Amino acid sequence: MKLYVARSPRIAARMLGEEMLVMSGQGSTLFTLNPTATILWKAADGTTPLAEIVERRICSEFEVKSEEAQRDAESLAQDLAKHGILLISEQPISEQPIAKTGAPVQEQQQP
Amino acid sequence: MSALMQEMGERALRLGVPFSAQIDLTYRCNEQCVHCYLDHEDHGEMTTSEIKNLLKEMAEAGVFILTFSGGEIFLRKDFFEILECARSLTFCIKLKTNAVLIRESQAARLRDLGVESIQVSIYSHRPEVHDAITKVPGSLRRSVNAIRFLKSQGLKVVMANVLMTQNMQDYHGVQALADELGAECTLDPTVTPMMDGDRSILDLNAGESALRQLFRDEAFVGNADAFCAPPPVPDENSMASLPCSAGHTACYVSPYGEFYPCVQFPLSCGNVRQQRFIDIWRDSEQLKEVRSIRLRDLTSCSQCAHGSTCTRCPGLAFMEGNMRGPSTADCEKSFARTGIPSANLLAKKETTSVPRLVQIQIVPAITGSRLAGMAIAANAIAS
Repeated sequence: MKLYVARSPRIAARMLGEEMLVMSGQGSTLFTLNPTATILWKAADGTTPLAEIVERRICSEFEVKSEEAQRDAESLAQDLAKHGILLISEQPISEQPIAKTGAPVQEQQQP
Repeated sequence: MSALMQEMGERALRLGVPFSAQIDLTYRCNEQCVHCYLDHEDHGEMTTSEIKNLLKEMAEAGVFILTFSGGEIFLRKDFFEILECARSLTFCIKLKTNAVLIRESQAARLRDLGVESIQVSIYSHRPEVHDAITKVPGSLRRSVNAIRFLKSQGLKVVMANVLMTQNMQDYHGVQALADELGAECTLDPTVTPMMDGDRSILDLNAGESALRQLFRDEAFVGNADAFCAPPPVPDENSMASLPCSAGHTACYVSPYGEFYPCVQFPLSCGNVRQQRFIDIWRDSEQLKEVRSIRLRDLTSCSQCAHGSTCTRCPGLAFMEGNMRGPSTADCEKSFARTGIPSANLLAKKETTSVPRLVQIQIVPAITGSRLAGMAIAANAIAS
């Protein structure tokens, strides 16, 4: 079974230094994502299967076995979904209304 | 403010990132509030395209929390187009509005666009008082209806109440109204000068006895004895501290593109129509000067007993004539709170034949945690 993940259109996000800040629309809760979660979140376009994201973006970046990475990524995705940060589906997720007109996440310029 | 948000603010300071910003989209308004500091004429607002370009530059510079204010933001016909652009750039959006133009459909759209919170100006629970301040009959009814629409969409609403002579007795009623509507409520007992320097509207400020009454009101400040306790002697850390976030992690852009450290700090640092946002943030000589100031550099405040706890606004000090000087409105608040005159008030007393503040209140003993009291007050009183 393939899983697809997409960034929730209800959240706010910005890179601050090395960390991704995410404000969930649910109760204005602020989260910081670690580097692995940040990679997953950035790659969550709704059309790339989670397994492919893990293979291409996480296993290539970190020294981790594929099976272990897949398991951890699914768990992480479920956790982010619980907080309203990520959407998960067994079908590709269509384009989100808010994300359609601009870049999904802007990296800051360091002055 | 949550501990994590505070930590992120500190990190932004270390990294030199403009973590939060306010854009006033227009100074035009459909209310004519007696205490408003703005000139409501349109002197050439930024176009939709200029604002969208600014939003992209702000996102690239690292702005996370973005407040849209005015004037009345819903008077801009392109407001939702601007808002949609901002949300596509994943800003955390806060709105400030009188809400008079918000109906069910606008509230639903704000929900769909993931707005974090909407601050609505409410000055009294009584129409005759609120409408007299806004000079628009029926404005309280319309604003309250709008809050109901917003709450029915599950949105966070903050009712902002500016306390002045006209409505000083009504803040309990406003709080009760907020409770009934499921909204939060803030109080600000400071009327600020007009942006052109005209200080005549300061006559609307609540007097010392009214402020004292407010600061002893435990429904708003928590433990009043702790809140009103004498300040600790400023130590080296206090002396090295920053006056506030203006120009350090926060900034403001006017409808005409003028870049200021804060909406209350009209020191022009550049114009986003002529320079990139990040270039002004990084290179403005005015911002560098603002950033260089520490408590120990302040002419009067560095010698003041209130140095470690004062809410001194550098913008109000600037409008008083010196960004390194005191802000008398904040001196008066510190005095009303503790009964201890600030160094600035003492100096004024020496040079004035008829002192404005002549009675020193006896300060009660400290019975609770001072910091806890301050924290509660910080939530209750947005000064």
